[in-house]
Amino acid sequence: MPTIVVEVMPKAELLDPAGKAVAGALHRLGHDRISDVRIGKRFELHVDGDVDAELLADVEKVAADMLANTVIEDVVTVEVHGASVPGETH
Amino acid sequence: MRVGVITFPGSLDDRDAMRAIRLAGAEPVALWHGEHDLHGVDAIVLPGGFSYGDYLRCGAIAARSPIMAEVIQAAEGGMPVLGICNGFQILVETHLLPGGLIRNDHGDFIRRDQRLRVESTDSAWTSGFTVGQEITIPLKNGEGGYIADEATLDRLEGEGLVAFRYLDVNPNGSLRDIAGLRNERGNVVGLMPHPEHAVEPGFGPDTRDAMRSGVDGLTFFTSVLKASVLS
Repeated sequence: MPTIVVEVMPKAELLDPAGKAVAGALHRLGHDRISDVRIGKRFELHVDGDVDAELLADVEKVAADMLANTVIEDVVTVEVHGASVPGETH
Repeated sequence: MRVGVITFPGSLDDRDAMRAIRLAGAEPVALWHGEHDLHGVDAIVLPGGFSYGDYLRCGAIAARSPIMAEVIQAAEGGMPVLGICNGFQILVETHLLPGGLIRNDHGDFIRRDQRLRVESTDSAWTSGFTVGQEITIPLKNGEGGYIADEATLDRLEGEGLVAFRYLDVNPNGSLRDIAGLRNERGNVVGLMPHPEHAVEPGFGPDTRDAMRSGVDGLTFFTSVLKASVLS
């Protein structure tokens, strides 16, 4: 079954308090070489049937309109897994 | 005047908002997120809470619920809409108000009686205040940090769209101490603090006069009542 993976990250210029809390915990545990942590989201959209250009365009729109709020986040990945799509195979 | 309060799955303060509306002298009307029907109300409150468990982003799924299509249409037609806390988050997710709300910069959930300065009285929900008036109403949130890009912040300031600013302390890292906004037309207002929790002596914030006597939040609801009488 093809899966479309969408990854969303908080915008680089914005504070990510959740990531900062994790970085603080890592430092307390002695992982000094990890300088920063940012936490994003990964969505796996399962698809019945083939992934075509129309569906991919729809997913890219959904990613920008709903899965991410582009005021505070960026869509960094829209990738098809487990299906043969010209130019999009992984 | 009939003021609708929309209940979403996970709304918490819908009944408090309805009580505030009644105390202000208007008739509260319970509305349900799953309907496409505003039941002929004259104004709408989007209450606080954790709609859809804050999944995806605070307010993101509620902003796309069935009734919000009618709310957006009504707001664009000039109907007064007030978003409180989660309701403010819903308003920015619908883009009726600009910017976004992110996790508090210190990472903690906060609950405090918060002093605010009223920055704009040119709205249906703030007309009963005076510019510069200082009020105290409860604040309780985990994700109340207001953000927008510099150009948007400059436009909000330039056009007088900042409705409320935090006083004494910035409790969540909100840029330019912004606690609440209004839209250009003045019918849509959103803020993180909770006016509906400061409407009744005995249950509001402490004041210099007496414990729990603060009722500064009532003016939001009497303002919209006055706006309806004048229009």
